[in-house]
Amino acid sequence: MPNQLVEAIANMREDEAFRLVEEMIERGEDAARILELCQEAMSIVGQRFESGSYFLPELIMSGEMLKRISELVKPQMAAKVEDRKRLGKVVIGTVRGDIHDIGKDIVTFMLDVNGFEVRDLGIDVPEERFVEAIRDFQPQVVGMSGLLTLAYDSMKATVEAISAAGLRDRVKIMIGGGGIDDTVREYTGADAFGSDALAAVTLSKRWVGAN
Amino acid sequence: MEENWQKLSPEEKFEKRLASWLSPEGVEFVSKEAEAAYKGRVTRIVDAIQLKKTPDRVPVIPHVGFYPAYYAGFTPQEVMYDPDKAVAAWTKCVLDFEPDVKFSVNSALPGKVLEILDYRLYNWPGHGVSPNHGYQYVEGQYMKAEDYDALIQDPTDFWMRTYLPRIMGSLQPFALLSPLTNVVEIPMTPPNISRYGLPEMQAALEKLAEAGREALKWQRRLAEADKKLEELGFPRASRGMSKAPFDVIGDTLRGTREVMLDMFRRPGKLLEAIERVVPMMIRLGASGPTTGSPIVMMPLHKGADGFMSDEQFRTFYWPSLRQVILGLIEEGLVPELFAEGRYNTRLEVIRDLPKGKTIWHFDQTDIARAKEILGDVACIKGNVPLTLMQAGTPEAVTSYCRQLIATAGKGGGFILATGAGIEQGKAENLRAMIQCAKEYGVYR
Repeated sequence: MPNQLVEAIANMREDEAFRLVEEMIERGEDAARILELCQEAMSIVGQRFESGSYFLPELIMSGEMLKRISELVKPQMAAKVEDRKRLGKVVIGTVRGDIHDIGKDIVTFMLDVNGFEVRDLGIDVPEERFVEAIRDFQPQVVGMSGLLTLAYDSMKATVEAISAAGLRDRVKIMIGGGGIDDTVREYTGADAFGSDALAAVTLSKRWVGAN
Repeated sequence: MEENWQKLSPEEKFEKRLASWLSPEGVEFVSKEAEAAYKGRVTRIVDAIQLKKTPDRVPVIPHVGFYPAYYAGFTPQEVMYDPDKAVAAWTKCVLDFEPDVKFSVNSALPGKVLEILDYRLYNWPGHGVSPNHGYQYVEGQYMKAEDYDALIQDPTDFWMRTYLPRIMGSLQPFALLSPLTNVVEIPMTPPNISRYGLPEMQAALEKLAEAGREALKWQRRLAEADKKLEELGFPRASRGMSKAPFDVIGDTLRGTREVMLDMFRRPGKLLEAIERVVPMMIRLGASGPTTGSPIVMMPLHKGADGFMSDEQFRTFYWPSLRQVILGLIEEGLVPELFAEGRYNTRLEVIRDLPKGKTIWHFDQTDIARAKEILGDVACIKGNVPLTLMQAGTPEAVTSYCRQLIATAGKGGGFILATGAGIEQGKAENLRAMIQCAKEYGVYR
């Protein structure tokens, strides 16, 4: 039988979800269990996004719910519950000169619910920060986002910087954003491009050898 | 406004506008050839819009952002601070490429005005953006959830005392004012005017006046150059702009995240606010003279594929946008809907419009399908990808454009354009695109 909390989150019933979480906390329910249910709900959201019944609003809404619920349960958590099995690591960021974050945030969200550990470098990220993050975090995949045409040059420069640092062989690079297509992929020297968040998940899974 | 304007039918209004677009007042063409070229260009575009007869050839209107600046060897910062450079760049670009309308010099906004106002809704070259890049919108919550009622009750008051102080640092003291409509009868006049005497308010008014003087100076300088280009035979593309009411809430006021959340959290308020914005957007598009180009640019953002479901589009986005479109058509205007991103899932919905009254400019939408579904209702415009313009070869551009002309151009009702505004691109690619319309776009 489907859990009420899972149902509430997956169907965007925010108030009900918060009420249920509060009740569970009062009953002394384990914080880890609550987060597990959230995870379950998020994967339903992810599936509905993939199948084309959910769109940007539902992703933003469920992200908001998750954030709020994490805050609610945080005080209950004795130790860190974050020991989910991870498929791999991804570094992501919007490239230098571009300050758009919505597409990047959705990709981050989708990678996260699909089992990746994601380090989000934010927006207007200079080349050297990508390089540092690769050294430090050791991801298998690097995702670069950009909406504006100026991003093409920044992406190209970032790929070059990664090569110059001798790290190009260690990572697969994917790019995405409004106008990105194969012409841009070729121009920038990235390994692949994606036109939606789902493509980012598929590419990353393929690259880390997950099915 | 012309006398009796309100008594004219939409068709008569359109005819009047068209007549003055064809023979612009005060414009003295440099030659018979320039005049003929000008009239030929306007007629070509009008024929493509109206779907009544096939134009002589496919009109070609590449869209440019800061491309003319780069092309002329200037940075975006330079053309936003030196009107002579802006004029030189845009003039050079129009004369070198000879598109069917002038490139709008509107990208070159006066940076000094933004500085005086301490403008915060966008970053611009040298202010949060490198001098070598164009301006960028700063996502934010410029209207809070609790402000909905104030907006709905009195949009102008909300704009003046809440919104403007948030997006312009120099106008922050406007938040100290009381509503202008509080000035009721003699006893309420002095107490409601007294706040204009506050030192900080006086400083704000000074700034506003200074910004106004700068903006006017800039505007006059550019208008002069604009007129010269008309005299050389290049018509003005559009008269101004308007927006989809949902985008006014989402882009201008609440921010993307918040407006998406509002669809779940306060759908009633959101719809009420959208409805309130409809007449404002009709007024925005219709304001100004009743002469010249009837085209009103409407950049569309948050209704694109992926941004919302079909049901959400039909509930929150389309009905109010349609009202604005119809309101503008009533005024004898031609809304040009610029569907940024993709509109593949919206084509059936947006078909619901009167024939031959709108232009749909598509960015990444499947244009062959758009032509099939929408082609008997609206003029289709598009959609050479910016990636191709920037990173492709002239041969690839030519082959893409030929394909476009063959599919979307069939039988007229098509304008060849770039998918969006070119920033940095190759001149030879732009030349190839324009040449292609002139060579392969001729209807026989």
